[in-house]
Amino acid sequence: MTDKITQVALKNGMKVMLKEIHTAPIISSWIWYRVGSRDESTGGTGLSHWTEHMQFKGTKQFPAQVLDKAISREGGRWNASTSNDSTRYFETMPADKIDLALRLEADRMQNSLFTEKDVASERTVIISEREGYENEPMFRLSEAVQQAAFHVHPYHHEIIGDMADLRAITRDALYEHYRKYYIPNNAVLSIAGDFETKAMLKRIRELFESIPRGKTPPRLIRPEPEQMGEKRLYIEGPGETTYVQVAYRHPSATHADYFPFQVLDSLLGGASGLSSKTSRLYRALVDTEYAVDVSSGSETTIDPFLYRIFIINHPKRKIEKTLAVLDAEIKKVQDVLVPKSEISRAVKQARAVFAYGSENITNQAFWMGYSEMFSSYKWFTGYLNKLAKVTPHDVRRVARTYLQPKNRVIGIYLPQGVEGT
Amino acid sequence: MTNAKMSLPGPENVHRAVLPNGITVLARSNFQSPSVNVGGYLPAGAVFESDEKLGLADFVATSLMRGTRTHSFDALYNELESVGASLGFYSGVHTTSFGGRSLVEDLPLLLKLLSESLRMPTFPKDEIEKLRAQWLTGLAIRAQDTSGMASMAFDRMLFDGHPYSRPTDGFVETVESITRRDMADFHRRHFGPKGLVIAIVGAIDPKKVVGAVERALGGWQVPGQADAPMLPPVKPIKKTVRHHHALAGKSQSNLVIGMFGPRRNDPEYFSASLGNSILGQFGMMGRIGEVVREKSGLAYYAYSSLNSGTGPGSWEVHAGVNPKNLKKAIALIEKELHRFIKHGVTKDELADSQSSFIGQLPLSLESNGGVAGAILNIERYQLGYDYYHRYERLVREVTRDDVLETARKYIAPDRLVISTAGP
Repeated sequence: MTDKITQVALKNGMKVMLKEIHTAPIISSWIWYRVGSRDESTGGTGLSHWTEHMQFKGTKQFPAQVLDKAISREGGRWNASTSNDSTRYFETMPADKIDLALRLEADRMQNSLFTEKDVASERTVIISEREGYENEPMFRLSEAVQQAAFHVHPYHHEIIGDMADLRAITRDALYEHYRKYYIPNNAVLSIAGDFETKAMLKRIRELFESIPRGKTPPRLIRPEPEQMGEKRLYIEGPGETTYVQVAYRHPSATHADYFPFQVLDSLLGGASGLSSKTSRLYRALVDTEYAVDVSSGSETTIDPFLYRIFIINHPKRKIEKTLAVLDAEIKKVQDVLVPKSEISRAVKQARAVFAYGSENITNQAFWMGYSEMFSSYKWFTGYLNKLAKVTPHDVRRVARTYLQPKNRVIGIYLPQGVEGT
Repeated sequence: MTNAKMSLPGPENVHRAVLPNGITVLARSNFQSPSVNVGGYLPAGAVFESDEKLGLADFVATSLMRGTRTHSFDALYNELESVGASLGFYSGVHTTSFGGRSLVEDLPLLLKLLSESLRMPTFPKDEIEKLRAQWLTGLAIRAQDTSGMASMAFDRMLFDGHPYSRPTDGFVETVESITRRDMADFHRRHFGPKGLVIAIVGAIDPKKVVGAVERALGGWQVPGQADAPMLPPVKPIKKTVRHHHALAGKSQSNLVIGMFGPRRNDPEYFSASLGNSILGQFGMMGRIGEVVREKSGLAYYAYSSLNSGTGPGSWEVHAGVNPKNLKKAIALIEKELHRFIKHGVTKDELADSQSSFIGQLPLSLESNGGVAGAILNIERYQLGYDYYHRYERLVREVTRDDVLETARKYIAPDRLVISTAGP
């Protein structure tokens, strides 16, 4: 995979990132806005995600039904998603049809309608989306753990928002959110695929450069104070299965500890995107039948978020015993330096995952814009090198610093009628 | 601009070879990334298992990597995971499938472990028992899944008395009854080179890769490998049947409404596919999405799907709705099905979906896994290696009358299977 890309700032402050790939007649275009659930206060939780939904309800030029049909008709794939830190929209199209996607994004950056009728109909759609999540014990548990882990920082609420807010948010609040954040100087356009950079850039300028710059919206900054002790919570619900989440505060994407932590996670829970049946936690918990499954992971975020270990408890074990085995395994990485060979293994695994990702044009356009949301494209291109520089001492230091009981929340889903502890 | 036709799999760029022991090898180069994808199947599916041992085929498939004559479970996965490779097996009704990927430098390792898992599994007792406990937890989780339970009851009602009515992951009592001997017997009878197809796509030389497969699997001989039993006919649905699976404590109910659909090789497959696109896929989930989600705001998702394979297919509408809106959603879907068979589709609707099918082809073939899946499909259903070159014509020649005729053949709104799960 080549790392050569073109990066340009338009006069109105919009950032453009272009990467030519000529292996298939496909172009993937992503537009990113620096707004996510972290930019919402109490009473307005879910605004960013709901705004994302409203972006599919049409403009004068592209009314709702025209809009989705236009993309599908050309054989395009499109979607959008909202995260803690950003909102992104993508279209992957046959190369000769990409102009439609660009016109659409330029238009809905400023002209979405947000009619009362559409807001009303989308309210029940989003409530239904949330009800679907609530059917899952893991969602209920994650939500409770996140709320316990953050009291001050807006990472405390789920991206979809609280039900009370979904019932109450008004059309004007949504529209205001849209106008505040959907401006060119708060956006990044990342495009990869089968195009000529010069011609593509000319077209982007024609479509986007006349959109007026707005007042750059400040991010909501409410740092979470240090956690002062372990928190534990229980959720009850239907079923026979006991789920456990152990969540530690995790460094931000640009913190020096981020990469050692990635290596630590590869050793403990397995490399992301691969099976993990030889990870330390799998061997300690699943091979020994304390758990029927274990996995772990973190999100890459602007501010410190969570490193979570997910456990499905073995029906024949008490949760306390399972947690004691987990703690013993964590203590090992805090006490004993990991061999260098384990770090090389983590690096090789990451190299393979990167190679799989580069088969796919959509994925390459994604990473350009995504890395820009919390750092820069250099963060992505330097990833494997930074991982390779991690030392056994780094891993031990990070394990000692972050994997402290006082820095964690333990959440347990107790199936109704089953004694858990 | 890159030529669209050149990038499609075809006889000029897919290399096909049949080894002396009957294994079919398909290979295609893609040097975009230093990675390789391996996929394939063999005829060892759930169709061979008895009602008392439901789940056996999938249990066997999942156990293949739990220990072989030369590797323990941990040692086998250690070799794979240490190089960032992956490999897995699972069983469907007709076949056991496998899939894996690695950096191209590790393809020999991947093929070695694939061969070992297929040919020499030992089904170690302690590993089988661990897997069984995990399996039973999986079934307990399934029992709480409104979507999974609605689908399972749907299959039971639609395919009453047919092997397709049975869940391939079995039931608690059938999974508990499966012995190590059952597994070893199943493996001995049904695993072999006859009918095995393997596709390899990535940074490889197709001809050389055939040699590599031959070295790994060419020596495999299994005399007397059983042939698949004939499928019984399905029983027609004579009037609408309904079932509600009650699950307390859930916020959402799931529904599946449907009927039979064509086989993959039936002549009306393309008209059914295009009809299904218009009914519940195109744009924001087609007409169904339009009425249930966009106009009524009843659901986050509501779509239709066509499942066409070796045997009789199914045509299904799925939605997740608030329990109090269940009846309303069912009524809206029934109304759409009525409209669909009464008036058919418009010229514009058909043209839109045809254009969409043709345009999305290169997108579905973006990754090595996508290409491997596509050429395995060609082989499985004998579509011909020029299939993707003929594809545009096959799509374009479907007429509005074809769609209507096919819809009327399969959809009868007074003979539906309606399955729901929730509070």
